[in-house]
Amino acid sequence: MTRFLKGMLFASTVLASAGAVHAADVTLTIESWRNDDLAIWQEKLIPAFEKANPGIKLKFSPTAPTEYNASLNAKLDAGSAGDIITCRPFDASLELFNKKQLVDLTSLSGMANFSPVAKAAWSTDDGKSTFCVPMASVIHGFIYNKDAFDKLGISVPKTNEEFFAALDKIKKDGNYIPLAMGTKDLWEAATMGYQNIGPNYWKGEDGRKALIEGKEKLTDPEWVKPYEELAKWKPYLGDGFEAQTYSDSQNLFTLGRAAIYPAGSWEIALFTSQAQFKMGAFPPPVLKAGDTGYISDHPDIGVGLNAKSTHQEEAKKFLTWVASPEFANIYANALPGFFSLNSTPVKMSDPLAQEFVSWRASFKPTVRSTYQILSRGKPNLENETWVESANVINGTDTPKVAGEKLQKGLDGWYKPGK
Amino acid sequence: MTDIDTAPIKRPIRWHIGVFLAPAFVVYTAIMILPLIETLRLSFYNTVDGASTFVGLANYQVLFGEQRWSHDFWNALVNNLIFFVIHMCVQNPIGIALAALLSVPKLRFVAFYRTAIFLPTLLSFVIVGFIWKLILSPIWGVAPWLMSLVGAKWMFAPWLGQSGPALIAVSLISNWQYIGIPMMLIYAALLSIPEEVIEAAEMDGITGWSQFWKIKLPLILPAIGIISILTFVGNFNAFDLVYTVQGALAGPDMSTDILGTLLYRTFFGFQLQLGDRSMGATIATVMFLIILAGVSFYLFAIQRRMRRYQF
Repeated sequence: MTRFLKGMLFASTVLASAGAVHAADVTLTIESWRNDDLAIWQEKLIPAFEKANPGIKLKFSPTAPTEYNASLNAKLDAGSAGDIITCRPFDASLELFNKKQLVDLTSLSGMANFSPVAKAAWSTDDGKSTFCVPMASVIHGFIYNKDAFDKLGISVPKTNEEFFAALDKIKKDGNYIPLAMGTKDLWEAATMGYQNIGPNYWKGEDGRKALIEGKEKLTDPEWVKPYEELAKWKPYLGDGFEAQTYSDSQNLFTLGRAAIYPAGSWEIALFTSQAQFKMGAFPPPVLKAGDTGYISDHPDIGVGLNAKSTHQEEAKKFLTWVASPEFANIYANALPGFFSLNSTPVKMSDPLAQEFVSWRASFKPTVRSTYQILSRGKPNLENETWVESANVINGTDTPKVAGEKLQKGLDGWYKPGK
Repeated sequence: MTDIDTAPIKRPIRWHIGVFLAPAFVVYTAIMILPLIETLRLSFYNTVDGASTFVGLANYQVLFGEQRWSHDFWNALVNNLIFFVIHMCVQNPIGIALAALLSVPKLRFVAFYRTAIFLPTLLSFVIVGFIWKLILSPIWGVAPWLMSLVGAKWMFAPWLGQSGPALIAVSLISNWQYIGIPMMLIYAALLSIPEEVIEAAEMDGITGWSQFWKIKLPLILPAIGIISILTFVGNFNAFDLVYTVQGALAGPDMSTDILGTLLYRTFFGFQLQLGDRSMGATIATVMFLIILAGVSFYLFAIQRRMRRYQF
């Protein structure tokens, strides 16, 4: 009995001292809006990092996506934010850097693993300083129900004409809703609609840069044409699409009631786990056969370092790891649809994700037109684009009026070349 | 005798009044008065070259003078007025009618009806918003199905997504939720009418609906006044239901944008739009002034003229 007791006492002393060692560890808290990723961080990413870096513990603490920016700003102002900050692309993070709340990471050793395009979303306007490590981008396109396409004998549309021919065929058959998209949540129409098909009209980066420089206007045909195309989608949307929410669209598609889903690649994981049919993907159709195609390959997530963090060295160690191919590999495979921005190609196992990422070879990538610089003022161009894209599809505004309204709002505060 | 009369009455200082008032006063000051003053102060400041500076009424000039801001503001104010009018024309009359029905002595299951009608008021606005979004959903909702049962499917439309009906739909959802409040207040007022008055009316041959119009309604007018002012304050502070049903951009095409949602977007920011505390505080102050004006109008112009009956 005494031996047993002694053993217990010994064990508890050892355990207690082990606890003490733990307490001496540095814990880094990661602020994020990706609460969907909690399991992936806890099961895959954090163990991988902690194994390689004893003495540093990670805590992933996500906030709801719509509240992230507001709560992060409040926490940073109050000095209670975590050590590692997940960065929204472009202005939201640039603002934090300008307020000296994010550390300049230009000299971080891992930064060499990223191309200037990948870093652009988290660099100053002149491209001299980079303040977040690029993590992942999302690609726009269309996901389709392969079974439905096979049944109706539709081949994957490459041009606009083929796209509408396919939609007509699906509509005539009547078994499927041709396009699963609603306008209730507004952003679907803008992000999955306008920013998805738009780059083909405004020629990707060329048009986007010209818009920022003031050489093109939102009333120019390059920018109004996509709205005209969107307006043509209306007859192919489901009944009552005006009140159809984002999750309604997702469900309509995964339940097999719709044939084509204007998508972002972030849907891949959810769709693969829910849909009972084969899926494929195609990039936004080009205007004429042989045209150069453009896709929206939009940097979406980066990670930065809170300037007020008391563990700068450890945090930099972590960020260097995030910049490594090892992280890219785990992340891209755990979250198919969030494509690594690392220059080292990542081998992905998900076929749908492979399909999306294969477009990078033949299509010219661009980022969403409203994200850089143009959404700094009030009225906010991104939010206005949501409203107008939905208006155009609902028929509340004509494409021309939508373009005029947006340009007028932009003219109100944006003076190009300044 | 006289000695006693002229002796000065010595009153001890009544410390207990202060002591009893202190907790409420301190708490109320800390969580209501100070934030209010701070909001007022913030509306006179703005960030100039990175530093908070006193700018006088410049924020108000921007809000009412700049076309974009004033367009958003007036749009929200007009929508808010419509929101209020629908509450006054639908929620309160129906609430009064329900209370009148409940107070009919012959009615059975009064407690059940009362509870059932009051229940939505106790629900969280998140639940209310969510279930109504589902009910009215053109895809999975029960509304289109129920309407098809009575052959009225053709009348169904995706109301929440149409810029005309959306505001009316949201207002009616709010009516549904809060109808228990006027009902309960009026019900209590009706119960407090003494039996003698009713009996006297019956002796004079006034019964049924004419009794309600001629005897009961005048007696519950003060309660209706209270309900009106509660509705007014509640509606001009409303935000939650619109936010849960239509989102912070109060779509479609800003047709359900009310002052609360405009304030939220301005103060906290939304998506790529960054929060602007000064302009947010300006809108909050204007909302405060609107409510203050409404309440003052009621207190000074209406309540004083209202006739009260003492029994």
